[in-house]
Amino acid sequence: MGAQLRVYKRRIKSVTATKKITKAMEMIAASRVVKAQRKVAASTPYATELTRAVTAVGTGSNTKHPLTTEAENPTRAAVLLLTSDRGLAGAFNSNAIKAAEQLTARLEREGKEVDVYIVGRRGVAHYNFRERKISEQWTGFTDAPSYGDAKKVAAPLIEAIEKETADGGVDELHIVYTEFVSMMTQTAVDSRLLPLSLKEVAEESPTKGEILPLYDFEPSAEDVLDALLPRYVESRIYNALLQSAASKHAATRRAMKSATDNAGDLIENLTRLANAARQADITQEISEIVGGASALADATAGSDK
Amino acid sequence: MAAELHVELVAADRSVWSGEATLVVARTTSGDIGVMPGHQPLLGVLESGPVTIRTSDGATVVAAVHGGFISYADNKLSLLAEIAELSDEIDVQRAERALERAKSDADAFAERRADVRLRAVAAR
Repeated sequence: MGAQLRVYKRRIKSVTATKKITKAMEMIAASRVVKAQRKVAASTPYATELTRAVTAVGTGSNTKHPLTTEAENPTRAAVLLLTSDRGLAGAFNSNAIKAAEQLTARLEREGKEVDVYIVGRRGVAHYNFRERKISEQWTGFTDAPSYGDAKKVAAPLIEAIEKETADGGVDELHIVYTEFVSMMTQTAVDSRLLPLSLKEVAEESPTKGEILPLYDFEPSAEDVLDALLPRYVESRIYNALLQSAASKHAATRRAMKSATDNAGDLIENLTRLANAARQADITQEISEIVGGASALADATAGSDK
Repeated sequence: MAAELHVELVAADRSVWSGEATLVVARTTSGDIGVMPGHQPLLGVLESGPVTIRTSDGATVVAAVHGGFISYADNKLSLLAEIAELSDEIDVQRAERALERAKSDADAFAERRADVRLRAVAAR
């Protein structure tokens, strides 16, 4: 076997092994997307009912709450960025980080100081590498977030917004996550979580246009709102975490699919080259034999005379 | 046919129970409250505790609810809880062990949670 041919054979073997791995990862990601989507669907009833309740309090009373009142001169804002713990997901993390950076730049243009909170090792690594300050970070649960994780993330954020701005609190809370539109499309979006505009909530509510009854609040509208709003924020963060997880798995699936396809193309090309090299070896061998034989024939023909 | 109300018991990550009922008893921060069909629209904060649902076929469903809300309007009652379990899903031995552990660790929150679970089972 020629040296050239051996090199090609070796490369084909290694690419085939890689292809097997990416194919397996693609299939794992595909099954996880389905699971993650199911979790998003399972969390919907709670979110819907909660939104309905918030709408009811918002429209049924004139209660003021720190989580719904806008500061006159917002000077500090918190940005919560959701990324994943692991890479191999195409542009998933860089898109989310880019969206967060655009949002940060916009907020800074508006004269606000920005505190960054990050979920996911990838985002943390990005900010640490650039030696930027991270107010708080969470890692380790991005593949399958639980409601407890969402609570853990929400707690310091709610605390920060309830604190006075002068004592290190924030006036606004923004969240950047990757929305799961479909298997093929996931978009990084940013939205303002707090202060909550009750009017917007009412518009987003699935019961739009329905006239809500006059509720009897137990114990009082203020207390209900007090208890309700943090739960609402938690549920929004939970939903964002779940969507982000589903998007990550979909992005991984797509990235791994194109890796598998590329490996297939590469193997095809290398096989062609290997065939050509083998053919060249054979041709050379034949011409060597033919050349050698005719030289021998010439030599014997000469000595006979 | 007796009047009925539609009940949805939902936890943060799943829908726990839904169906028709004639009476729902839950504990709000200002005391136990019973809701029957035709109740005035209500929105209340729940204490952690057992919730009793009398279904329209006479059976009783008990669930351990750890904090949350009750809302009733248009003959539809929703119980929202971060964590909710039906009493038949609760593993009594595990809850007892959790109670012991919580007591020895002086973890008031976990103790309360285990206690609510056990009370829900007892009320079954």
